[in-house]
Amino acid sequence: MAGTTTATAATDEAAVALNAVDVAFRLADGAIFRAVSNATLNVADGEFVSIVGPTGCGKSTLLNIAAGLLPPAAGAVNIFGKRLSDLNRQAGYLFQADALFPWKTALENVAIGLDIVGVPPAEARTRAKDWLGKVGLGAFGDRYPHMLSGGQRKRVGLAQVLIRDPKILLMDEPFGPLDAQTRQIMGNLLLELWSADRKAVLFVTHDLEEAIALSDRVVIMSAGPASRIIGDWHVNLPRPRDISEIKLSAGFHELHRDIWHMLKEEVIKGYAQAEGR
Amino acid sequence: MSRVTLLSLQIAVAVIFVAAWYVFSTYPVFGHILLPPFFFSNPVDVVKQIIAWFVSGVIWKHLWVTLVESMLAFVIGSVGGVLVGFWFARQPRTAAVFDPYVKMANALPRVVLAPIFTLWLGLGIWSKVALGVTLVFFIVFFNVYQGVKEVSPTVLANARMLGMKERQLMRHVYWPSALSWMFSSLHTSVGFAVVGAVVGEYLGAAAGLGYLIQQAEGVFDVAGVFAGMFVLAAFVIVIDLIVTVVEKRLLVWRPTVGESRP
Repeated sequence: MAGTTTATAATDEAAVALNAVDVAFRLADGAIFRAVSNATLNVADGEFVSIVGPTGCGKSTLLNIAAGLLPPAAGAVNIFGKRLSDLNRQAGYLFQADALFPWKTALENVAIGLDIVGVPPAEARTRAKDWLGKVGLGAFGDRYPHMLSGGQRKRVGLAQVLIRDPKILLMDEPFGPLDAQTRQIMGNLLLELWSADRKAVLFVTHDLEEAIALSDRVVIMSAGPASRIIGDWHVNLPRPRDISEIKLSAGFHELHRDIWHMLKEEVIKGYAQAEGR
Repeated sequence: MSRVTLLSLQIAVAVIFVAAWYVFSTYPVFGHILLPPFFFSNPVDVVKQIIAWFVSGVIWKHLWVTLVESMLAFVIGSVGGVLVGFWFARQPRTAAVFDPYVKMANALPRVVLAPIFTLWLGLGIWSKVALGVTLVFFIVFFNVYQGVKEVSPTVLANARMLGMKERQLMRHVYWPSALSWMFSSLHTSVGFAVVGAVVGEYLGAAAGLGYLIQQAEGVFDVAGVFAGMFVLAAFVIVIDLIVTVVEKRLLVWRPTVGESRP
């Protein structure tokens, strides 16, 4: 990547740089709906950033912009200093909904990312087995997704994304549908895998506790429509972390209180808007 | 309900049905025979007729002809349905242009085509195959079209983020999805292939189960008509069992209805 950057100095180092990004959709009746307004956000290489906001604030939309699945209405997206115009090939994306291929076994689901770039099948299988072991599903390779629990499917999804060794990891409320205990276990698994080779992570969640426990930085978005980034907090809690333990520390509580103070108003606004619709 | 109870109840239904048929077609009730043998025959004659067919071996030729016609209709109709379904689903403009004609052709009762096919293709098996194809094609076509159209957007986005190109999307996403929809309609399409073959035979042929039934009917041999119907029903059940086995193998990745996760 060195020497190929053409972007401004401010975004040179960033893995993901959103620069004054607007997101707008054309509604069925022809009107323009502005989902996100003037969002500027940098994620440094190796940094774990969470976006937290009330329901419907467009945080998932912002992630789709960073993935290149959606073009911004205004502003620019730079990935490692290069303007993003197509899909973000450097990023792995973990979706909120089930995104595994239901007609492939867990092992085939993990191996597919290697298969399609021409890795020999035998090698792809070996590495996929290795990754299934890393996410604790070594014995489940021949199961189809419907035979796995929600948490197990997320583990397969994590392995499917990480086996390609993306430089950036985009996660859209990946543990949203899981129960509280499973979420905690998955959070710890994520931190463990991430600490091995710190990728840049952009993690979207509506759960502030989860965001603080996982991240280096927590970004708060206002209630939609035309939601903005209204807060950016550094989380100076020591690593390595254990999610259930860190939630008991004083530093965590202090931070949570401060951020929640700001977020609470937005959540209430968000609900009021949803009710009024 | 246990398997044994279920099976005995199922057998009981058949026994009661046949017994009632036998009694009402043989013994008068209040001076009347409720099921006159001229119209309803009776189970003994029907069984005798079936046994006679199998002992003399004539039935095998007719079964074979119907089987060949059904299979050809199924294979040709399915291949056509898959190709055209895929093509239309990936080319919305083509689909929009042809849409009214597809609907028109599908709404047409296919039996009216039988005389035309006989005219074009003669009295041999191909006019029956053609009739079956027109039935199978539309079932497979609509299912494949739907299957390609209704690929989960999340799975599709995931595939693209994993780096799949258009050709790989076809192979790993659209194709399996379309096939799964096709296989889920396997029972219906195989059934319609048989219907096409039998109806075609009935309307004009030199062999096949439909021909057998039509011949018996022509000489008021009611026992022959019923015997033909029962052989046909058994034939369809055997084919359906084979389809179920094939389906289980092909759709191993799909949860069966009511199945819960471990």
